[in-house]
Amino acid sequence: MEDQIKNLGEFQLSVLREVGNIGAGHAATALSNMLSSEIQMNVPRVSVVAFDEIAEVVGGAEKLVIGIFLRVEGEIPGSIFFLLEQESAKRLVSGMVGAFADESEEEFSEMEISALQEIGNILAGSYLSSLADFTQKEMSPTPPALAVDMAGAILSIALIQLGPMSDFALVVDTEFLQGDKEIEGHFFLLPDPGSVETLFRSLGVELT
Amino acid sequence: MNVIRVGMADLNIACEPDSLRTTGLGSCVGIALFDPQTKVAGLAHIMLPASNQIEEKNRPKYATTAVPMLVDLMVQQGANRRRLVAKLAGGAQMFTFAGQSDLMRIGPRNVEAVKEALAQLTIPILAEDTGGNCGRTIELRSADGSLEIRTAKQGVSVL
Repeated sequence: MEDQIKNLGEFQLSVLREVGNIGAGHAATALSNMLSSEIQMNVPRVSVVAFDEIAEVVGGAEKLVIGIFLRVEGEIPGSIFFLLEQESAKRLVSGMVGAFADESEEEFSEMEISALQEIGNILAGSYLSSLADFTQKEMSPTPPALAVDMAGAILSIALIQLGPMSDFALVVDTEFLQGDKEIEGHFFLLPDPGSVETLFRSLGVELT
Repeated sequence: MNVIRVGMADLNIACEPDSLRTTGLGSCVGIALFDPQTKVAGLAHIMLPASNQIEEKNRPKYATTAVPMLVDLMVQQGANRRRLVAKLAGGAQMFTFAGQSDLMRIGPRNVEAVKEALAQLTIPILAEDTGGNCGRTIELRSADGSLEIRTAKQGVSVL
C-alpha cells in the first residue's frame, strides 16, 4: 500500500495535475460568482510528500493559519483542506459579510466563521462535482469544520487518516489568488491511499 | 547548545546541553523522557495508538512501539531505565464535527495508548498538557528536563 503512493510516476502525477486543474477551475468560478470578484488559480502542484514536508507548502508547521477541513465520502474517499493566512481570510469574508466584517479584530466572529465554512463548502462542492463527472464516481463532501491554529497541527488530522497505511501523502495543491495576491489560499486534496487506485482506474490509467 | 528537530512519526535523543524540539502537535502526542542523573533526554512524536502489523517498520509512528524504542536508545546512551520520568503534551482535538467519528477522537486515544505504554515500563508521568483543541510546539531541555510548550493562542508554559 505504502509503495503505491510513493512510486507514482511522472505520467500519473501529470494526470492528477490535469484532474486537479479541472476541479479547481470549477471551484474558482464558483468562488468568483459568490464574491462577485474574479478569483484566479494557479496550475495545481501535484506531489508525493513525506508527512513532515506537507506543512512547508504554507510556511511551516508552526505557521498560524485558518484551516477549513472536509472529508470526502463516496467511492474515492479522501480529505480536503482550504488553508488561508489570517489576513487573507479576513479580506475574503469582508467581501461576503460586508458591514458585519471587522478587519481590525484578530478573532473571527461567528458570522465570519460561518462565511468561511460556506466558502469551503462551495469550493469543495464544485471541485468534487467536476471530479465526479470526470471519473463517473460518486463523491460528496461532509459539512466543513474550521480551526485557527498551527498548520502542522491542522494538517495532521489528514495524515493520521493515512497513517496506518502510508508514510507519504499524495497532495494536489492549488493556489487561489484574488487581485494582486490580496488573498492567498491553498486548496489541498489528499486522496486516501486506497482511493489512488480507484481514481486511476476510473480514468483508464495504469498504476505503474 | 544544539536544538535537535524531531519530525512527525519520529523520535530522537539528546544529551546535555542540547535540547529536542517538535513542532505543530495536533492530535499527535509528544512523549518527553528524561533521566535526571545522566541528563539523557528523549522525545517522540507519535501519530497513532498502535500498529496492526506484527513487524512494524515505522516504529516511531505508534505509541506502543515508540515508547520501548525510545527507552532502548536512551539506555544505550547511558540512561538508567529505572530513573526515567515522563512528560506529555498534545492529543488535542483540532476540529469539532456534528457527528463525531473515530478519527476525531484520535487525540484522547493517543494519550491513553501512551499512558499504557509508559505504565508497562513503570515510567512515572510527572506532568502533562494534553487534550483541548489547540496545536502545540514543544521543546525538551536536557539540562534540567523542563518541557516548554508553546501554543498559537494561549502563549507559553513550562512543565
